[in-house]
Amino acid sequence: MVDTKTKTLGEILRHSGVSRRGFLKFCTATASMMALPPGMVPAIAAALDKARRPSVIWLSFQECTGCTESLTRSHSPSLENLIFDHISLDYHHTLQVASGDAAEAAREEAMHANAGSYLVVVDGSIPLGNPGYSTTAGFSNLQILEETAAGAAAVIAVGTCAAFGGLPKADPNPTGAVSVRDIVTDKPVINVSGCPPIPVVITGVLAHYLTFGTLPELDQYGRPKAFYGTSIHDRCYRRPFYDKGLFASTFDDEGARSGWCLYKLGCKGPMTYNACATAKWNEGTSWPVESGHGCLGCSQPDFWDAGGFYNALSIPVGELSRTVSYATAAGLGLGAVAAGINHRSKVEANRRHGEVTVDDLEKTS
Amino acid sequence: MSGRLVIDPITRIEGHLRIEAQMEGNRVGQAYSSGTMVRGIETILKGRDPRDAWAFAQRICGVCTLVHGMASIRAVENALNYEIPKNAQLIRNLMIGAQYIHDHVMHFYHLHALDWVDVVSALKADPKATSELAQSLGSWPNSSPGYFSDTRKRLANFVESGQLGIFANGYWGHEQYKLPPEANLMAVAHYLEALVWQRDVVKLHTIFGGKNPHPNFLVGGVASPIDLNSDSAINAKRLSQIQDVITTMRQFVDQVYLPDTLAIASFYKDWFKRGEGLGNFLCYGDLPAVSMNEPSGFLFPAGVILDRDLSRVHEIDVHDKAQIQEYVAHSWYEYGAGKSTALHPYDGETNLDYTGPEPPFEHLVVEDPYSWIKSPRWRDKAMEVGPLSRVLMMYANGHEPTRELAGFALKQLELPIDALFSTLGRTAARTLESKLLADAMQSWFDDLLANIKSGDTRTFNELLWEPSTWPDRCQGAGFTEAPRGALGHWIVIENRKIANYQAIVPSTWNAGPRDASGQPGAYEAALQDEHTLADSSQPLEILRTIHSFDPCIACAVHLSDEDGEELLRIQITQ
Repeated sequence: MVDTKTKTLGEILRHSGVSRRGFLKFCTATASMMALPPGMVPAIAAALDKARRPSVIWLSFQECTGCTESLTRSHSPSLENLIFDHISLDYHHTLQVASGDAAEAAREEAMHANAGSYLVVVDGSIPLGNPGYSTTAGFSNLQILEETAAGAAAVIAVGTCAAFGGLPKADPNPTGAVSVRDIVTDKPVINVSGCPPIPVVITGVLAHYLTFGTLPELDQYGRPKAFYGTSIHDRCYRRPFYDKGLFASTFDDEGARSGWCLYKLGCKGPMTYNACATAKWNEGTSWPVESGHGCLGCSQPDFWDAGGFYNALSIPVGELSRTVSYATAAGLGLGAVAAGINHRSKVEANRRHGEVTVDDLEKTS
Repeated sequence: MSGRLVIDPITRIEGHLRIEAQMEGNRVGQAYSSGTMVRGIETILKGRDPRDAWAFAQRICGVCTLVHGMASIRAVENALNYEIPKNAQLIRNLMIGAQYIHDHVMHFYHLHALDWVDVVSALKADPKATSELAQSLGSWPNSSPGYFSDTRKRLANFVESGQLGIFANGYWGHEQYKLPPEANLMAVAHYLEALVWQRDVVKLHTIFGGKNPHPNFLVGGVASPIDLNSDSAINAKRLSQIQDVITTMRQFVDQVYLPDTLAIASFYKDWFKRGEGLGNFLCYGDLPAVSMNEPSGFLFPAGVILDRDLSRVHEIDVHDKAQIQEYVAHSWYEYGAGKSTALHPYDGETNLDYTGPEPPFEHLVVEDPYSWIKSPRWRDKAMEVGPLSRVLMMYANGHEPTRELAGFALKQLELPIDALFSTLGRTAARTLESKLLADAMQSWFDDLLANIKSGDTRTFNELLWEPSTWPDRCQGAGFTEAPRGALGHWIVIENRKIANYQAIVPSTWNAGPRDASGQPGAYEAALQDEHTLADSSQPLEILRTIHSFDPCIACAVHLSDEDGEELLRIQITQ
């Protein structure tokens, strides 16, 4: 038998009967999802071909499992392709078979065998008010995070709770909840916020890191610009109605039924940076605004305390007042400027998304 | 062996659960269930706009991702006496039904199945014999020898890679795995297919609620308007997508989930004799034909069954302070009037008071508070909630489709009705209600189409949207039957803000610790019912019963010595 410990991903896939063409299709989907130019596909293919499946340890703290559920909803790459072909998910409370000490042993084995190279994914915040507020196997969340992150190559904070403290940190923060970045300061930490994050954004960030071995470019909140670089408002298909001053005034009125702007119903799209309006949800089926409800702002720090989900943004409240004021200033009066920026982004996006077929790729690779 | 067995974390559940069991030889003597994580969401909700509450409450759980949003908007609507349009009611029913079927199928294949299915044994399966087995069970098209050969090859390559990932350290080869290799391979194939299926069927939530997990809700109706002449509302295209989802759900339930449940259960009939526990069952009822104010039209009836007596269903009133109360005698909370008191949720308190051992710790002190879960009681009695309670309630109420379906399943398995009071009875009930719901979804959808056709497209009632229209003080209870059981939210509104908010979730009923008089909760009682471990270092039997409840918390199981001297930690040998 071949020494399986050293088998590369490419060997495994060929052995599994996955064709070169099928493999390239996956790489193309990955590149498109990450908004990379088609020229990068051969580099992705080469990187994936060589890899032994990297070890991923997923830690769950003060969370609701919504982020894990979101991971299972990713259409491309799918969860099953991810865990069978691309990563070794060595610890994950919701999905792993082993319980109790067997589960903890799997985490320790993975940390030992892949010291310095494994990825840690965290969902949920970490309570500092009392170590007894959240424990696993008798250890506090803080103890587990510090121990596990120590040998990690990088940490990905999935969901707004891990990225920014999220719901547990909402006023009055009864458990003293903090984010991963408040604890892990000596490693790269990528924030993938959202409540939950969009399924393909979770897998897309993983794919980026696994493919290139580098951190994607991050915004001021530590989020990959590929998915959090533009506001919901700037990409919203209802934006033309905003620019024309056509708003839904209540749910189920003429404006709501006609798809007019939801600004007056409390939509937080102008202050929210996320890919909902472009990637959409659940294989592009819809997204909150398309289904008639304003954006909650769930990928932003402290969105829970931003003044009420149904209050229009002109009333800045709480810690987000600076962001909100900015968004208000950029409202109707500065719409033209925002539209200009929006137009530039579209041109850029079109340039990067030139059409390419699998046949083209087979010629170039 | 006598001692304390600790399992922490309990995996393949939602959340953080710890169970400690006191062993008497190889038998579980006393079991203790502990929720080990708290966030204080009820405290966070105080002072906020009641219309916003659903979004906060929904994040109690991302697995049963809409039930807390539903209970929350219903609590506000109940407090305000706020009627919603017929279309909104039907759309909510469709969203609840979709949640159930999605959740139950994922629970069966991705959380529970591996207690019964040995993945490693599947490598020994003959694809042709597997195909014959699959085709003997139903008409599901993915059943050719080549299909199962490919599945086996994929699995073999995965195992050969030496990186077992989520399958590492399972109790593979345990003597309690009874399925032949072919049944194991078929189940592995369906494990993978169910992952694909679930991604597609959640689109019903995406269409009405914008996303899944955590779709959007709205007090007073639903946010998605209906307009057959708009490209930005529920129109013919959207309705046709919904029909596709319902059809896909029904096909999978009828052709895969139901036959698989019966086939797997037939190898484990001894599990229809243990794991019952309390014998008391509670339902709030749900899925209205007309409105939440007319319980006679509910598909799932409300009521209480005591001591297995299906001939008598007791009435339940969620507003009655003498009926539902929560104890904190063994929970890490303080009550203003003292720890031995019990409070109805309208008067409920959430004062965190961790008195457990300082982490890192080896075991809990079970004579003291040992969980973040409270102990709810109905007229001071511990209750089980969930699919088994609902199926029994429908059965007791003479619901014909339920009687027919349960009769069919029991006849296939050659088991008496009493077999339902058990670990696998719980698992089978989950499958049976999925079938009932999948069929009901089609009729709600047909009703929705008929209502739209009649000219009624209303989805939102604006009448009480503005807080200025509300009284200075009001209170209400919102309830639903979540996939895991009876769920209630209680809200007190003062000056248009939340003055108090309490939730009693299904897993509070099932996973709660002992109360002030020492009565165990449902998990604890079930584990104390005939659980002898073949190998105490691989407590597969405990996992089977815990998973049969489909826990929605993070748990840990912990088995301890009576005098607390010996502490046995479970070690994995594979």
